[in-house]
Amino acid sequence: MSHDSGTSQPRLPLDPEDLDRLPLEERARVASAVDGVHIVRRRDRFPIPGTKAERRAERAVAACLVLTFVGAVGFTVAYLVVPWRYNGQDQAYTWFTPLLGIAMALALLGIGFGAVLWAKLLMPEEETVQDRHGGRSPELERRTAAAVLVDGLAMTGIARRSLLQKTLGLSALALGVLAVIPFGGLIKKPRGLVQTAWRDGVRLMTSDRRLIRPGDLQAGGIATVFPAVPDGLTTQVMADSVVLLIRLRPGQTVRARPGQEDFGWQDYVAYSKICTHAGCPASLYEQQTGRLLCPCHQSQFDLLQDARPVFGPAPRPLPKLAITVDDEGYFVAKRDFPEPIGPSFWERR
Amino acid sequence: MSATTETRAEKAANWFDDRLTIAPVVRRTLGKVFPDHWTFMMGEIALYSFIILILTGTYLSFFFDPSMTEVHYNGSYSPLRGIAMSRAYDSTLDTSFDVRGGLVMRQIHHWSALLFVAAMTVHMLRAFFTGAFRKPRELNWLLGVGLLTLGIVEGFAGYSLPDDLLSGTGLRIAHAIVLSIPVVGSWVAFALFGSDFPGTDIIPRLYIVHVLLIPGIILALIAVHVGLVVVQMHTQFPGPGRTERNVVGERLYPLYTAKAGGFFFLVFGVMALLGGLVQINPVWLYGPYNPAQVSTGAQPDWYMGFLEGAMRLFPPWEIRAFNHTVSSILWPTVVLPGILFTLLALYPFLEARMTGDRASHNLLQRPRDVPVRTSLGAMALAFYLVLLIAGGDDVIANKFDISINAMVWMGRIGLIVLPPLAYAATYRLCLGLERHDREVLEHGVETGIVKRLPSGEFIEVHQPLGLVDEHGHGVLEYAGSPVPKKMNRLTAAGRRAGGFLWPVRESAEVRELQERSETEQALAEGVDERELAGRPKDPEL
Repeated sequence: MSHDSGTSQPRLPLDPEDLDRLPLEERARVASAVDGVHIVRRRDRFPIPGTKAERRAERAVAACLVLTFVGAVGFTVAYLVVPWRYNGQDQAYTWFTPLLGIAMALALLGIGFGAVLWAKLLMPEEETVQDRHGGRSPELERRTAAAVLVDGLAMTGIARRSLLQKTLGLSALALGVLAVIPFGGLIKKPRGLVQTAWRDGVRLMTSDRRLIRPGDLQAGGIATVFPAVPDGLTTQVMADSVVLLIRLRPGQTVRARPGQEDFGWQDYVAYSKICTHAGCPASLYEQQTGRLLCPCHQSQFDLLQDARPVFGPAPRPLPKLAITVDDEGYFVAKRDFPEPIGPSFWERR
Repeated sequence: MSATTETRAEKAANWFDDRLTIAPVVRRTLGKVFPDHWTFMMGEIALYSFIILILTGTYLSFFFDPSMTEVHYNGSYSPLRGIAMSRAYDSTLDTSFDVRGGLVMRQIHHWSALLFVAAMTVHMLRAFFTGAFRKPRELNWLLGVGLLTLGIVEGFAGYSLPDDLLSGTGLRIAHAIVLSIPVVGSWVAFALFGSDFPGTDIIPRLYIVHVLLIPGIILALIAVHVGLVVVQMHTQFPGPGRTERNVVGERLYPLYTAKAGGFFFLVFGVMALLGGLVQINPVWLYGPYNPAQVSTGAQPDWYMGFLEGAMRLFPPWEIRAFNHTVSSILWPTVVLPGILFTLLALYPFLEARMTGDRASHNLLQRPRDVPVRTSLGAMALAFYLVLLIAGGDDVIANKFDISINAMVWMGRIGLIVLPPLAYAATYRLCLGLERHDREVLEHGVETGIVKRLPSGEFIEVHQPLGLVDEHGHGVLEYAGSPVPKKMNRLTAAGRRAGGFLWPVRESAEVRELQERSETEQALAEGVDERELAGRPKDPEL
C-alpha cells in the first residue's frame, strides 16, 4: 500500500506477523500512520543512557512525587493534630486552615510538577503531524446521507399530507404549552409592592424594640427605626418598612414637597431607608451637609431638599413617612408612605 | 492476534476488546495530535477549575442546608451566638467553624469559581484575538459564549446562597433588576421570589439551580465543547510544517496526557494554596442578611463587577408616562448586557459578513495581522474595563482619597471616550508591528555589530534570516508566524547549559557523543522537506 502524498508514510505491513517482527518504536510508528498520524521527529532526551544529566532529571521527578507523599501525610497529621475549633480565646485554630491548604497544595503541586517534568525532562521529544480531514464530507457521503434523509421524509408522506402537517404543528405547539403550564404554580399576583407595615398610630421602634420619644435623638442624630408591630423585625417587614428617623441640626430646615408639609414633626423627619435606585439601605449620613449616601451605587440624597437625589443613579427622592407624637409621647406614623418605597417598577405611577 | 507471549497489559486490553471491539478507537484516540502553545492552556484551566468546583461543591453540599427557617446561632463562633438567622447562614457558619476542614473547602470552592469565570474569559479573548472562532468553529464559539453566561449566573447563584449581609444585598439588587423589566417585571419578581422581597423561596430555588440545573447544563455543554475540539481538531499557530491540512504537535498519549494531567494538579494545587492562605468571603464578618443594613465598600465577585459599574455610571433617566414607569436600571442591567452578549455571540457571523471570508481556517492569526478585529477587541475590552473599574469606584475613591463624584464622572466620560481611543491606538500598534516584521524579513536582524567600510562609511551589520536577492534583501515572505528579531533567537548565544543551581558536567566522552547525536539530528532535520505555512515560496529557491 503506497501513498504518494508528500508526507513520508511508511508502507503498512498488514500482516500481524510482519508487525510483530518490527521493534516496538517502529511498530507504534506504523500503527499511528494507519490513522494519518506521522511521527516526524522523535528524539530521546538522553541518547546515552545513565548520564549525570539524566539521573539528575530522574531525581527531580522522584523528588516531586515524594513531595506528594509528604503533603498527603502532612495533611493527615495537620487534620488530626492541629487545634481547629474557634474558641474566642487563643489563636491556635488560625493555623489549621492555612496548614491544610499548604499541605494539600504540596501534595497536588508535587504530582503536578512530577508529571509535567517527567514529560518535559525524561520522555522523548516528539513532533507529530496528523492529517486533518476537515471540511465537507466527500460528495458521495453527502449525497447518500441526503438520499436517506429525503427518502425517510418521503416515506412519511408529510409533504403531501397537509392535514397531518397542520395537526403535527398543532400538537408540537400543544406539547410546548404543556411543558410551560405547570410553571403556572410559580405565578403569584404581585401584592404588597405599594404597601408597608406603617399605619396610622403605629409606633416607631429601634432594632432592640425600644420605642422612641422626641428626646432620644440629639440634634443631627439619626436612627434606623421599624414599625412597632409584632413582626416588625422580620426580614420580610424590614425589607419594606425600614425608616431613617433624623433629627436636624439647629438652623437646618427642610423644604417639604408639595402636599407633604405636615409630614415632619418639629425638627424630626423620617424617610424610607430603602434606596429608590436598587433597594439597598441608604445608610451613610453626613451630618454636616445633611447628605445621605447609599453605599451600593453611591446615590446621594440631600435631606435638606427633602431627600432629593443630588448625585448618582437614584431617580427619585426617598419616600417620606408622616410622623407625629402620640398621647404617651412616643413617635408614631400618621399613615403609610404616600408612594411605593424602593426601586421603580412598571405599575408604579 | 497470534498466541505469542502476551504481557499482562496486552491481556487486559484484549479482555476489553473481545467484548467491546474498541482497539481501533483506542488507537485513534491515543494517537490524536494536540498542538502546543501556552495560550491553549486557558481553556484547560477553565475545565480544571470546573472539575475542582464539582469536587469541592459536592463536599459542601453535605453540610449546607438551603433553608430559610429562622434559627438562633449556637455554634462555635461566639460573636454571633444567639443571633437570629436563616438556617442557610447558620449551616454556612457551621461549615466554616464546626466542620473540620470545611473552611478550606469553602474557600477553595470560592477561589475556583473566580478562576473558572476568569479562565473562560481569557480563553475567549484568546479565541477572539487569534481568529479561532472562524469557520468551521462558529458553533464552538457559541457554546463558549453560552458557557461564559452560565458560569456567571452559576457564580451569582452560588454566592447568594449563604444568606449573609453581602449576598442578601446582592439579591436585593437582583430583585430590583427583575422589577425593572417593563410590563412583566413585578410578575417575574414574584414568580422567582415567591412573594414580595425577600420571601423564603429564593434561596432553596437558587440552591437547586446552583447544584443541579446549571452545573448539569454546563457539564453537557463542556462535553460538546471539548468533543467538538476533538472532532474538528485543535487550531494551531502558523509555523514550519504547519498547514491548514494538518496538526503539528504531540500525541495525546503519553506526552500530552502527562502534561495536561500534571497541569490539572498544578491548577488544583494553586487553588488549595489560595483556599488555605487567602481568606475569601468571610461571611461571619458580614453577619446574617438584614434589609436595614449594608456594609460600605461592598463588592460583588469580580465577574459581576461590570454590571455593578454599569449601574453606578448610568444616569437616573427614568421614564414616567401613562401611569407607568420604566426604571432607569433597566438600561445598564438588562439592555446593556443583552446587547453585549448578543454581539459577542454573533461576532463570528458579523465578521464573516464584513470580510466576505467564507473559507475554513485551521491556522490561527496573530492579532497584529488582523488590525480591525484586534482593535475592535481592544475597544470592547476598554469598555468592559471601565465598567469593571467603575464597579469598585467607591473602594478606589476611598483608598486613593478621590472624590466619589469625580470617580463616577471619570467613569461616565471614560466609558465614551476610552473605547475609540483604544481602537485607534491598537490599530496603529498593529500596523507598526506588521511593518517591523516586514522590515526584519527584508533587512535582517540587527546584530549590534557596527562595521566601517573601506570608504569610511559606518554600517550596522544585519543578519539576514534566509536567502537574499542581488540587492541583499531577504527573500523570505511573511508567513503569519513570529519573526525572530534578536540574535539570541537565532541561537547566537549557543547551547543552553544544563543544571539548576550549578552546570552539569558530563564526562568528555559523553559530551562528544551528545554533540555528535545533535549534529546528526540537525542534519536529519535539514533534509526533511517542510511546507511553509501561508503562500509557498518560489520553488527554485
